[in-house]
Amino acid sequence: MISAPVRAVAAYRFANYRRTWKGTMVGTIVNPIMFLLAIGVGLGSLVEEGTTDTLEGVAYLAFVAPGMLAATAMFTGVNDSTYPVLGSVKWHPTTFAQVATPITPAQAALGHLLWNAIRLLMSVGAFFVVMAIAGAPESWWVLAAVPAAILTGLAFAAPVQAWAVGLESDALFPNVQRFVVLPMFLFSGTFFPTEQLPDAVEPLTVLTPLWHGVELCRSLSLGTATLGGSLVHVVVLGAVTAAGIVASSRTYERRLTA
Amino acid sequence: MSTAEPLIVARGLQKRFGGFTAVDGIDVEVRAGEAFGFLGPNGAGKSSTMRMIGCVSPRTEGELSVLGLDPERDGPAIRARLGVVPQDDTLDVELTVRENLLVYGRYFDLPRSVVRERADALLDFVQLTDRADDQVEPLSGGMKRRLVIARALINEPELVMLDEPTTGLDPQARHLVWERLYRLKQQGATLVLTTHYMDEAEQLCDRLVVMDHGRIVAEGSPRGLIEAHCTREVLELRFAPGGHTDGLAQLGDLDERIEELPDRLLIYTGDGDDLLADLHRRGVRHEAALVRRSSLEDVFLQLTGRTLVES
Repeated sequence: MISAPVRAVAAYRFANYRRTWKGTMVGTIVNPIMFLLAIGVGLGSLVEEGTTDTLEGVAYLAFVAPGMLAATAMFTGVNDSTYPVLGSVKWHPTTFAQVATPITPAQAALGHLLWNAIRLLMSVGAFFVVMAIAGAPESWWVLAAVPAAILTGLAFAAPVQAWAVGLESDALFPNVQRFVVLPMFLFSGTFFPTEQLPDAVEPLTVLTPLWHGVELCRSLSLGTATLGGSLVHVVVLGAVTAAGIVASSRTYERRLTA
Repeated sequence: MSTAEPLIVARGLQKRFGGFTAVDGIDVEVRAGEAFGFLGPNGAGKSSTMRMIGCVSPRTEGELSVLGLDPERDGPAIRARLGVVPQDDTLDVELTVRENLLVYGRYFDLPRSVVRERADALLDFVQLTDRADDQVEPLSGGMKRRLVIARALINEPELVMLDEPTTGLDPQARHLVWERLYRLKQQGATLVLTTHYMDEAEQLCDRLVVMDHGRIVAEGSPRGLIEAHCTREVLELRFAPGGHTDGLAQLGDLDERIEELPDRLLIYTGDGDDLLADLHRRGVRHEAALVRRSSLEDVFLQLTGRTLVES
C-alpha cells in the first residue's frame, strides 16, 4: 500500500533515529507520562473532592487520561515536523540527497510523515500502556483510541511539515509552541470540559483539531462514543491531514527543486 | 547506446530566477564514455545547468534531453540512472560511512543484499573500507567527498554528475579524488563535471565548455582550446611594489599580448625563454620571472578578461 520510495525515506529516518533516540525519550515518552501521573492521579484526587458532575460522572483520571493521550500525539506530531524537517533541508540537507534519486519531493514529504506516524505509535503506545495500567479506560473501545490519537498527531504533523520545510531559520518554532500548541493543550478540552469555557469562546474549540482528537479519544475510552460523532471527528482530522499532505507536496517541491 | 545518440542534448537551454538569468541559452552535447566539463568562475551558471540535467530544477526555456528522456516528464526514471555528487556533501553525519550507502541504495529500490554487496565494493574503491563503521562527522573533507562519490555509484549509473568535486579540499585530497575519478573514466563511465580549477579540467576532461555569465564562450578539448586561444608559452613577470606601471611602460612596443593582473604581468609568446632574454638585453628590470606552458586559465583570461579563481 505504501510505495517503496516513501518507505525508503522512512527507513532513512529510522536509521537516523537509532543513532539519536535517547535524546527523544524524555520529551516524547517520559514527560507525557509524568503529566498523566501528576494531573490525573495527583490533581485528580482534589478534583473529585469537589464534583464529578461535570465530568460525565467518572473519575478525573478516566476523564483526563484519554485527553492527554490526544495531546501527547499533538506534541509528538508537531515536534517531529519542525526541527527534523527544517534541519534536513537546511543544516544537514539530506532531503536534497533524496530528491537527486528517483524519489520525488512529494514522496520525501510522505516518507517524513510515515516516519512521524511510527514515532506517534511509539509515544502514543507508551502513554497508552501507562494509562491502562493506571486503570483509566472504562471500555474496550479504548483500543481504538490509539489509532485515533495517531490520526490526531498526523493532523498536526502534516500541515506543520508543509510550513516548516520552506523556512530559513528555526526562529518561529517556539512561537508555534507558545501560540498554537500550548493554548490548544490548555483550552481544547484536555483537562476540563469545554462547556466550562465562557459561552463566547466555547464554539471556537470546535475549530481546533485537538478538540476533535480529545473528544474522539475520550468517548472511546469512556465507552460513550457514537458512530455519527466519531465519524465527524475522524473526517475532520482526516481532512486536515489530507490538506497538510497536499500542501507538503507543493512546499517540498518548491524548496527542493528551484 | 549507439554513438549517434548523445546522453545529454541541450538546445538553447535557459534558466531564470525571477529577473536573473543564470543560464542564458546554451547548446551542449555529451556522448557516452566521455568526460565532459563545465569550466567557469562562481556564478557562471554551471550548477544551475547541472541541476537541470539532474532533473531537480525545471528549465525555463529551451530543449533538454537526458538519456534520451525528457527531465520534465521522466525525472524519476532519469534520476534512477544518474549518479549525483552535489556541491554540498548532503551526507547524514550522524550515521556511519556504510549506513550512508545502505540508506541511499534503498532510495533506488535496490534489494538489500545487492546494496550491501555494492557498498563493500565501493568503500574499497574509494579507500574507506577501514572507516566503514565509523561515524561520518569526524571524517576529513576529502574522505567525505570520496564517500559521496561512492554513494553516487551505488545504482551503477550510466552518467555521473559531479558538481565541483574537489572544491575546498587540500591538494593531497584533491589528487586522491582525481585519481579515483580517472579510474572511473578508464572503466568507461561517462562523467560530467563542473569546476573552476583549470588543472582539474585539464586532468579529467576530454572535452569542455567554458562558461561565463550563463553563456558558453568556448568549447573544445583542453589542448585544443589552449592552442586555439593562446600562445604556447607564458612569461610571468613580477615587479617591485609600485613598479608595475613602470614595467608595463618598458614593454610598451612589444608585439605579444599582455594581460595585467594585480600582482604580475602575463606575456603570451611562442618562446618564453627567448623573450625573457630579449627583454633583459633591452634592460627591462623586474623582480621575478617565470616561463610556463599556457593553460586553460589563460584561455579563460583571454576570453573574458578575468581570472577563474579570484586572487
